[in-house]
Parts: sequence; structure tokens; C-alpha cells
Amino acid sequence: MLGLNKKDTYLLLLVAGLVIFAPFLLNPFPEGSAMAQFNAGYPDLMQRFVIFGVFAIGFNILFGLTGYLSFGHAAFLGVGSYAAMWMFKLFGMNVLPALGLSILTSGLFAVLIGYISLRRSGIYFSILTLAFAMMSYSLAYSVLATDMDGPDRQGLLQKGLTGGETGLQLTLEDPRIFGQQTAGEGNIPVPNIFGLEMRSAVEMNVGDWVFTFSVGYYFAALVMLLSFYLSIRIFRSPFGMMLRAIKSNQHRLNYTGLNAKPYMLAAFVVSGMYAGLAGGLMASMDPLAGPERMFWTASGEVVLMTILGGVGTLIGPVLGAGAIKYMENILSKINSDILHTWFAFLPDGLEDFVITLIYPFIGKGWHLTLGLIFMAVVIFLPGGLVEGGQRIARLFKRKKPSTKTPDGKTTPAE
Amino acid sequence: MSKMNLTRRGVLQTGAVAGAGLALPTYLSAASHAGFTNAPTGGTVTLGFNVPQSGPYADEGADELRAYELAVEHLNGEGDGGLLNTFSSKALKGNGILGKKVEYVTGDTQTKSDAARASARSMIEKDGAIMVTGGSSSGVAVAVQALCQEAGVIFMAGLTHSNDTTGKDKKANGFRHFFNSYMTGAALAPVLANNYGTDRKAYHLTADYNWGYTTEEAVRTSTEAMGWETVGTVLTPLTQTDFSSYITPVLQSDADVLVLNHYGGNMVNSLTNAVQFGLRDRIANGKNFEIVVPLYSRLMAKGAGANVKGIFGSTNWHWSLTDEGSKQFVQSFGTKYGFPPSQAAHTCYVQALLYADAVERAGSFNPCAVGEALKDFEFDGMGNGPTLYRGEDHQCFKDVLVVKGKENPTSEFDLLEIVEVTPVSQVTYDASIFGGDLGTCNPGA
Repeated sequence: MLGLNKKDTYLLLLVAGLVIFAPFLLNPFPEGSAMAQFNAGYPDLMQRFVIFGVFAIGFNILFGLTGYLSFGHAAFLGVGSYAAMWMFKLFGMNVLPALGLSILTSGLFAVLIGYISLRRSGIYFSILTLAFAMMSYSLAYSVLATDMDGPDRQGLLQKGLTGGETGLQLTLEDPRIFGQQTAGEGNIPVPNIFGLEMRSAVEMNVGDWVFTFSVGYYFAALVMLLSFYLSIRIFRSPFGMMLRAIKSNQHRLNYTGLNAKPYMLAAFVVSGMYAGLAGGLMASMDPLAGPERMFWTASGEVVLMTILGGVGTLIGPVLGAGAIKYMENILSKINSDILHTWFAFLPDGLEDFVITLIYPFIGKGWHLTLGLIFMAVVIFLPGGLVEGGQRIARLFKRKKPSTKTPDGKTTPAE
Repeated sequence: MSKMNLTRRGVLQTGAVAGAGLALPTYLSAASHAGFTNAPTGGTVTLGFNVPQSGPYADEGADELRAYELAVEHLNGEGDGGLLNTFSSKALKGNGILGKKVEYVTGDTQTKSDAARASARSMIEKDGAIMVTGGSSSGVAVAVQALCQEAGVIFMAGLTHSNDTTGKDKKANGFRHFFNSYMTGAALAPVLANNYGTDRKAYHLTADYNWGYTTEEAVRTSTEAMGWETVGTVLTPLTQTDFSSYITPVLQSDADVLVLNHYGGNMVNSLTNAVQFGLRDRIANGKNFEIVVPLYSRLMAKGAGANVKGIFGSTNWHWSLTDEGSKQFVQSFGTKYGFPPSQAAHTCYVQALLYADAVERAGSFNPCAVGEALKDFEFDGMGNGPTLYRGEDHQCFKDVLVVKGKENPTSEFDLLEIVEVTPVSQVTYDASIFGGDLGTCNPGA
């Protein structure tokens, strides 16, 4: 189907199924129960899952296929966000043109950075991209955030191109020439797709369960599925094969008379455009773009996501993105009061002891938990969560021990 | 292409799925039945406390959270009642808000706009918070305020000092009790002129971000109006920890006052560097060299230690104030936690109570009704004397404290002494000077 082989079609359908039914799957616990704390089926987090999924899928095209570790990918995320915000400010609140400009701007930005950075490989490439990202961050934080239209004017550029620390925001005075400038009675309009607001949602009550279906989530999910499909096609294409060749041995490729540079640059730009798309989606779901989106920790996060999920696999980065965002938003919310209600059944001394043991790993200590899980994955499952999944699947598929030989037995070759 | 096989079972299954899909809308609850986002149902109401629990302002965040927990206790009628005893409005009865028991959820802003908005969105979307409050930096306050405006809940700002929060970036759903850079400048300049004379040459070191700019501008304008001259302004990166290279040019300039527009760890480091370079013993232009720190907090004074002695600055509130409200708050807070509250704790506590009181008086949790109740609300007994919540920009107007590092501190908390209480009339400004537009209140769904 759609030019995919059977296995890839199943994978795509599986991802599509997971994404469509995410509001149910992520809300397994009834509202008001003690476990409701672990529900992740609210629009903001689900949107983050799929948006960072797009980001990680794009990163994986560069890192997973060519092996070039970019440590400054967040710069494209930030550029995409700023581009989308300017589109909202100047032209109107429809998300499609905004996403278009995000992809275009981050693509151009990627050509520029990629052209310079790809002259080196390995650690030097990583450091170069990191340097570019931090430069972009500083530019956005202060240089481009100074009053550009004069101190006596309160125009569009009164906080510069990027808005600095407070971020680039929508205001009531923005022109929005192709859309309504203000919504209703003097409110800023909301990003929408042909009138359907990203923020709108319907809730469904089934017994004690509440499921929320948000327009923004399903739009972002659709974009993610398209990106995922495109990534499968890239992985299976001759272009993808060429990128793999670069990863396995670039020198040998050069000796065969092939110039690998254009392929590298193309991969870098595609990957940057994915990041820009993710940035544009972030701005569409929540119209604000801040410079910390470009900080090096944000670049590091996508590396973690990809490695955690499984480098070079199709679905791995999406799983990694989900796992990290889940921990960031759910684990970090658990505070000591919640722990006390959970362990209230234990005798006082024991309760305090158990809570003292668990406390460093939750709340603001979620980074510690993430670090431990990351170490465990890298040591025991070098292929990431995908490898874990494969191992479990193999446990249940004992019935076909070896399909290599016709009779299922290994016979000495004579 | 694909072949279509119609079987009886297949048709039945498809029919069942389609039927369920069609029946779905009848289950869809209209979340908008009450006319606003997260209308509380049942016997409880949830507030969202969004404070920095990690990052550079984690100390302030921890103190804010303590204050909120205290406020919830007092609203629910536990503890000694705190400022409910001294508050001029008597609408709150200590039985929760509108009879509903107050519950709360907490989140970590990490002092990053993105993280703060994510945390606030999860409070609103997942936990059903009817109001979000807290924060310890202007960037976060502005970002979360805009989010609350979009989502249709009330935002009660915590510690945020930039003019923009209730200036350029003001929003109808956002309210600020804390003072701002403009007020600092207006309150500080006369005190500086009295103490250091009117013919000074000032050199500014300014943190390179939004709050830094507005503070520098405010202090510069108001000191220049007193006759001072500004001989240099230099921006320093927010992440800077060693300011030596910025202090050397000060020594070479003909400045005789150094203004440090820094906050938190920045200020602690820059002040320490300045003192190490002997600036305080220096004689320039035949006068003693002086250092000024526009925004002070006790936590900063503690970090800078003996270096703050004799240095002027401004603050929103200080625990050594002796009015009834301040004494009551220090007592309640001290009884529960064993040490006096910071100004961040004070403003957050007051904001929580002001919100609850506005809901009581409005008789509804609807953000528009609450906003209407807070608008032009005059109150007293909260530690800052008579205070006005101005309707044009949702900014509180009250007396501003000018403080000085104490020469002989008696305890680790007794670091600042109040030099002057600048009356509110001197720090009031016209709401239109900063631009921006409140818009109209948004009750959400």
C-alpha cells in the first residue's frame, strides 16, 4: 500500500492506530482515582508526544542513517517556531502557511549551517553544530531582541525579531492582513485551520473516565503520520541506501568515485526541515516562541530521544520522544504530598523511610530517573526500546526457532 | 488494487463500529455548560501553583510554595487564619472559597517560558485548575499570563518586576501585586539624591534581558531627572558568573556610582566582584564611590553576605515592617516554618488571598466576574498599607520600600533595614505610558 512493502504498511498502520486511539490508550485510569496521576491523555502532552515525534523522526534521518551526530538541532526547532509566529503576526492565524514558512526558513538555515559544518565529520561536526545552535540562542536571547523600531514607537519590532527572554508573542496590534485581527470582543485570535481552532476539544465521559479529543492533537498527529510515512520512504529509497553507505564507510564511498557531500547536505537539510516543522507545530499549538527552545539542552534532548528509542529504526525515535516527554510531564508532577497519600497505609516510620527512598527520583529529580533508565537502555539494550520490544516479541515466537533451513534443523554442511 | 470481501460478520462489525461512532456525540459532555473553563463541580476547587522548583530561582520558588500552602490552610479555616484576620475585606469565612474546599496542584516552571507554559497547560487541561499563580521571573510571568488569557483562567502573577508584565504585555486575565521597575526608579532616585548628592556620574551594569532593560531605563530616567549623569551602560550575559572583566572598565571611567541591574545569583556575583575590586573604598571625583542595587531581596542579601552593608535598593515588602498585617503574616509563617518569609512568599500569599476574596465577592469563579471584582479594588491590612488594584493595567499601587544593607545584622535574616517608605503617590504613573492593550477578559470554553 502507498508504495510500501507489507511489513512497513503494518508498521504505519500500527503507528496510525496508536496515534488515533491515543486519547483512550493514554488515559487508562478513571478520573479521581489515585492512579489518575499517571494519565497522560490531555491535549498538551499528547501534542508534545507527536510534535517531538516529528522532531526525533527528522533527527533520525540524519543521525540514524548517516551517523552524523548533530548537537545543534534545536536551532532549527527555534527557527521554525519564530517563522510560524511571524506568519501568525503578519498574515493570519491559519496554521498551514505558518508551517510552510517554518519548513522553508529552517531549510534555508540548514543549508547555511550544513554547508559549513559538513566540511568536518565526527566530533568536529558535532561541535560545529553545537556552536551554531548556541550562537542562534544568544542572538535570539538578546541581540535580536533589542528595540528595533526606536524607543518612542510601540510597533511590531518593539521587542526585536525574537522578543528575547519573554519570547515572541501575539499582540492585539499585530496586522494579520489576511485574517481577523482580533477575535470576538478584543481577544487575540487562536491558531486555526480554516476556522477550526487548534485549542478546541470535545470531552467524552464514559463512567468515571474522561477522554479529551483535541483538534490540535489530531492535526499534529496527522502531520506526524505524514512525516513518518515520508521517513519510511526515505529509509527504503536509493537515497536512503546512499546515506547508509556514508555511515558504514565514507572513505570507501569516496574511493568508488562518488561525492558524498551532496547526499549529506540533503540529509541535513531534510532533517532540519523536519525540526522546523516540529517548531512550527509547537507554535501552532501554543503561540509563543522563546529562545530556550534553541538552548543546547534542547538539542541534547532529541539525541537522548533517538538513542533511547533506537537509532536508525523507524519507530524508535517516536517511542523515545514519548518516553522522555512522559517522564518530564508526569514524573516531575509527583510531589511529596502525593507520595504520602500513596503510602499512607504503611506504619509511620516505614512510610517516611519508603518516601525518603523514592523522593530523589520523582518531582524535580525526574532527570535522575531518566538518567538511570538511559544508562540501563544503553548498557542492556543498545538498540533502544525497539530492541527491547523485539526481544519480548522473540520470547513469544519460540515456535519457529530457525527458519533458515527447510526442516528447521541445523545440519552440518558437507 | 485491493479486493473487497463482504462477509456477514464483517458487515456487522463495521456497522457496530460506525454505530458507536455515530452515537459518540451523545456522550460528549458540554464542558461549556457553566460558561467558563474548569468550572468547579463538587465540593472542591483546584488552584495551580506554578513556581520554579529547579534552576536559578529555586530558593524563591520553594518559599513561594510554602506561602501558598499556608494560604490554602488559612482559606480552608485551618491554622491561625493569618492575614484573613487583618485583611480589610471580610468576605472570606475560612470555609474554602464559596464553600468549596481549596485543593492545589504544583508545577515546576524551571524559569523557562516553555516549561512554565507546559506545566500551566497541564494544570489547566489535566488537573482542572481554575486559577494559575506563581513564578519568579518576568519572562515566565509574561508567558504564562498570555497562556491563561488564551485558556480562559485567571493568572495571579508571583514575583515579577519588569514593567512589561502589566505594561506592553498586560492581559485582561492577568493581575500583579508585586511592584515594578518604574516604581523602583521613582522611589529610589530621591533617596539616592538625598544621600549621595545630585551631581553624580552613574555607570550601569545590566543583565542582558528584558527585566534588565526596563530596570536600567527606569533607574536612569529617574536619576537623570535628579541631575545625575549616566556615563556608561554595559549589558552582561545572564549566564555570567564572573564579572571582573566588566568591573575593570568601571575603574577607568570617571563614574562615581555603580548601578547593578542584576537579580538573584547575578547580583550576588557582580556585587562580590565589585567589592573585591575595592570599589567601595574608592574615591572618585572627590566623592566616595557608591554601589546601588535597584531590586533587593533578602535571599540575595544573604548570598552576598557582608558585601551588602550600606547598599541601597528597593523591595516590595520586608518582614521587619511593623504594621498589623506584616506582623500577623510573619507570625503565621514563622510558626509553621521556623523562619521569616521572603518578599516572594509575601506577594504570592497575598495574591492567593486576593483571588479567593474576589471570587467570594463576585459570587462566582467565572474569570470575568473575578476580574471585575479585582478591578479598582482597594484594600488594606495585607502588609503594604492601603493598596489599589488599578483597573487600567491590573497593577497594584502601594507604598514602595527603600532599603539598605544593615551595618550590624543581628541574625541571618536581619540583613536589610528600611530607609524610607515611599508613598504611593510618588510612584504612581499613567497607565498608558508603556503601551500594550488589556484586551477583554476571556472566560474560555
